[in-house]
Amino acid sequence: MDMIIEMLSYPFMVRAFVVGSLVALCSALLGVSLVLKRYSMIGDGLSHVGFGALAVAASLNLAPLTVAIPVVILAAVLLLRIRGNSRIKGDAAIALISTSSLAVGVMVISMTTGMNTDVYNYMFGSILAMSDEDVVLSVAMAVIVLALFVFFYHKIFAITFDETFARATGVKADLYNTLIAVLTAVTIVLGMRMMGALLISSLIIFPALTSMRVCRTFKSVMISSAVISVVCLIAGITVSYVWATPAGASVVMANIAALLVYSLIGVLKNRGAV
Amino acid sequence: MALIKCENVSIGYEGQTVVKDLDFQIAPGDYLCIVGENGSGKSTLVRSLLGLKNVEKGQIIYGDGLKQTEIGYLPQQTDVQKDFPASVYEVVRSGRLNSRGFHPFYTAADRKAAVEKMDLLGIRDLARQCFRDLSGGQKQRVLLARALCATKSLLLLDEPVTGLDPIVTGEFYQLIRRINRESGIAVVMVSHDIESAVKDASHILHLQETALFFGTTEEYKRSPVGRRFLGGAD
Repeated sequence: MDMIIEMLSYPFMVRAFVVGSLVALCSALLGVSLVLKRYSMIGDGLSHVGFGALAVAASLNLAPLTVAIPVVILAAVLLLRIRGNSRIKGDAAIALISTSSLAVGVMVISMTTGMNTDVYNYMFGSILAMSDEDVVLSVAMAVIVLALFVFFYHKIFAITFDETFARATGVKADLYNTLIAVLTAVTIVLGMRMMGALLISSLIIFPALTSMRVCRTFKSVMISSAVISVVCLIAGITVSYVWATPAGASVVMANIAALLVYSLIGVLKNRGAV
Repeated sequence: MALIKCENVSIGYEGQTVVKDLDFQIAPGDYLCIVGENGSGKSTLVRSLLGLKNVEKGQIIYGDGLKQTEIGYLPQQTDVQKDFPASVYEVVRSGRLNSRGFHPFYTAADRKAAVEKMDLLGIRDLARQCFRDLSGGQKQRVLLARALCATKSLLLLDEPVTGLDPIVTGEFYQLIRRINRESGIAVVMVSHDIESAVKDASHILHLQETALFFGTTEEYKRSPVGRRFLGGAD
């Protein structure tokens, strides 16, 4: 108990919890749709683009978010377009874009500041990275994501389950796909400095996969993903504070544990059913 | 007046014409089978009927109160659906989205319609089951219920019996026949199973880039094209 009070007496910890939980919540909701549509690698690709953008912003002394958010949104829309166009295969395009931006980022950093702690923090995340500006931005974003999800929930279900049928019955699938891509981009940029560019995509993939081990309806997968994601984030950050482990990796460990537990429950449940 | 009328329609991809100079129509209550070999343009025509692909030439006219977005479409199943966590009810209900417009939530009428269609197809007791756990035949019934939710007058079925065993296939054809006769809903079925098509359909469109034949099934059986493809098996 004392430990919790002590932990929350540091403003940076409060910021980390607020921003982290909201990012975890949004990425879990977006993740369900992305994972089911076989778009999970887009999250990974975008985080590398985000790394490149942050590196360039740092070397030019620009505000990191104002550079990274538009660049990553652009990349998200571009990746969606490429997926729609069957000439270039989607997975190859993502690998191409993500390694290119990683390379650009590393080049820019090595030419300016050199490989230092900042780079390390971008790659693997830092619990200290959140500013007041991030708190405001993440609250605003979480409100937008949640509102859009409630409002468009049934349409998101329709385009996730069967995009062709949804289009045929007049759902504007391109609009919703772009919306999901843009929101994913913003979520990734906000979360990546805490989680790390290499680890942020876990927030998108893990909760959805974990929930799918056990849950059997779309709605329950959504709700369970949101809860698992936030719980794992809080657990991970607490571990990171207590044992001074890297924040991003600790959160991923919590998610791995959740996945294992849910897989076990899923197996037992199936046994029971048979 | 026809539900759908295709006038001199040509459709293509990047300059290559796949379907050429096509003329046919579907009247209320018709049962039209579109037959033809792989690559004969069947899928392309379906995409155009649904408004997913623009025609290069000619026009597709929707009439008799049918809007393009109110076609009850039964697509071929996709990979995504194999492990998709959704209840049968969630899937069936999504057929009602086209009558929702901008309104974000389902109404009592939507829920009622979904239950009615599940009753009609005998899948009411599956409502809370997970879609991925169903058998192939049950999945097709669920998607058919969704298609019925989306339409009042026309079903468009794209190779609906692919992967089903012979008994389930027979049951499925019977179901379609019943819906067509009892509810007066017109059926357009894409199929490569010409023998079954001839048994059930009132009209045949034989596609091979252009319409090799369009007319009633009786005429088809007597036509040179029909005789050739049916192999004198009538």
